[in-house]
Amino acid sequence: MKAYIMKRLLSMIPVLLIVAVFVFFLIHLIPGDPASVILGPDATPAEVAHLQNELGLNLPIYEQFFHWFTGVIQGDLGTSVYMNMPVLKAFIEHIGPTLSLAILAQGISILIAIPIGVIAARRRGTNIDSVFMILAMLGMSIPSFLLALLLMLVFGVHLNWLPVAGYQSLSAGLWNFAKYLILPAISLGAIQAAVISRMTRSSMIDILSMNYIKTAKAKGVKQRAVIYKHAFRNSLIPILTILGETFGSLITGAVVTETVFNLPGIGQLVINAITRRDYAVIQGTILLVAATYLVLNLIIDLMYGVVDPRVRLNRK
Amino acid sequence: MEVKSNITISDISTLKKDIKKERRQLLVKRFLSNKSVVMGSVTLLLLGLFALIAPLVSQFSPLELDPANRLLKPSSDHLFGTDNFGRDLFSRVAHGAQVSLGVGISVSILTGIIGTVVGLYAAYYSILDHILMRISDALMAFPDILLAVAIMAVLGPQPMNVVIAVTLAKIPVVARIVRSSALVVKEQTYIEALKAQGAGSLRIIWKHILPNTVSPLIVQISYVFAIAIILEASLSFLGAGIPAPDPSWGNILYDGKIVIYNAWWMTVFPGAFIIFAVLGLNLFGDGLRDLLDPHSNKSIK
Repeated sequence: MKAYIMKRLLSMIPVLLIVAVFVFFLIHLIPGDPASVILGPDATPAEVAHLQNELGLNLPIYEQFFHWFTGVIQGDLGTSVYMNMPVLKAFIEHIGPTLSLAILAQGISILIAIPIGVIAARRRGTNIDSVFMILAMLGMSIPSFLLALLLMLVFGVHLNWLPVAGYQSLSAGLWNFAKYLILPAISLGAIQAAVISRMTRSSMIDILSMNYIKTAKAKGVKQRAVIYKHAFRNSLIPILTILGETFGSLITGAVVTETVFNLPGIGQLVINAITRRDYAVIQGTILLVAATYLVLNLIIDLMYGVVDPRVRLNRK
Repeated sequence: MEVKSNITISDISTLKKDIKKERRQLLVKRFLSNKSVVMGSVTLLLLGLFALIAPLVSQFSPLELDPANRLLKPSSDHLFGTDNFGRDLFSRVAHGAQVSLGVGISVSILTGIIGTVVGLYAAYYSILDHILMRISDALMAFPDILLAVAIMAVLGPQPMNVVIAVTLAKIPVVARIVRSSALVVKEQTYIEALKAQGAGSLRIIWKHILPNTVSPLIVQISYVFAIAIILEASLSFLGAGIPAPDPSWGNILYDGKIVIYNAWWMTVFPGAFIIFAVLGLNLFGDGLRDLLDPHSNKSIK
């Protein structure tokens, strides 16, 4: 097990290396120079040249890369020239809203999707099944930022139940924290819920047609126990895979959803950094997001073993 | 001798033609009996017609400013109302349809071609596989939208650049699908037999492996089309996509958000078209998957 985890962690290194190289050179291709963006339009050429010198922007690009990369290996992601703080600190300051949003959205989606998927599988072919699956199809077809706008229009503008923009941290009280996140989380969670419920349904249908389920039923095991103890646990593997795969789309969605609701999260951090040509922030944040994504997928792979002992045995 | 063999060949070829015809009829039948595919195709067809005809029918230009008639409610004059600059929303949504669908089609074609080439060669040459798949891992570890925003920042906001950015973000997905089905085909005995006969790699890859990867590819492409529409709308909504004043569904939504308290129609109409388009493509893709892949068909039953 330990060896397996080590192997997986090691295999992340080349991927992160490529991400690092790719993001560095891509970012440095962006036209416009950070020094003149920071100093504004009134700066004299001499001032710009001075700041460029200070930031190391006049070095050859490979030297800049080398400089940045040795820092990254030592755990130093660089300093934001615009916000004048270490990138890691900026990241940590902005991760709160994004993480709260992502967790809330994932929670909402699992709570809605798994019961729907299980019920649809049990009542396959009935009207309930069709209604659920049509809803899921519709949910998959609404981009989260669009759902965000529509929810904002209904619950924020017309009914005036919830605020349409802003964020307060948990320290401001649970309700104050939650009321800003409910709409973004629903709009982000809906698409997840659609994908997960479809996966749960088809995975449950596969399992329910297996012989051991028939055996269990024949032995007189109660319907509820058959569904939840025998079938559901075994259908979790594909569901877990989907959870991992959709994390990427959760982050993607979060970036735009944050913009819609003016949440000060990672999405805003990166988008602002791109317009400000704040190289260190873009590079560092994207690298951290990519690393999070890879680690999350590893955790999901490890959870297979928890859910299904057969996977654990095979891996040795 | 020669004559005889000619006869058999022509016999076989008529027989083959019959079988082909029958197969085609069967396929059409199955196609029509699959509700998802039919509904998806109808939706897409309607949308395509709308994109082609509506801009011609509309009596207003999508760019003409009319400050006196700002934010008018939908009426018989302005079917979808007017926007914050007094431009006719129907005309803007209709022209936006051309932009969005155009981006979607271009991205689908480009990712289809490039993804297929990358996927096939990665599957065939294992050294290449390691390199290409690590690159695609890296590209896939980026959230789509961040990658696209970064690329747009490099290239500048232009419709063509939206196509490039979305294509780059989506090539790995297509390449992976093609690669995984090509890997299965590659291990088949008949490929081994071809190699033993001395067939070149070009012939094996393009004539014998490619046809077996087409159906998952087509299904995937219909999803890529849908994602391209969503990404274009997201990019334009963030202000990094189709530049104003040209209309696209995304940048109409952006304008609409500013006046969301005064003009629901600027959010609802372009939004409805996005949902309509993506829903049509998803239905089409799902149905096509069931149609082409007997395995998933079983699980649906």
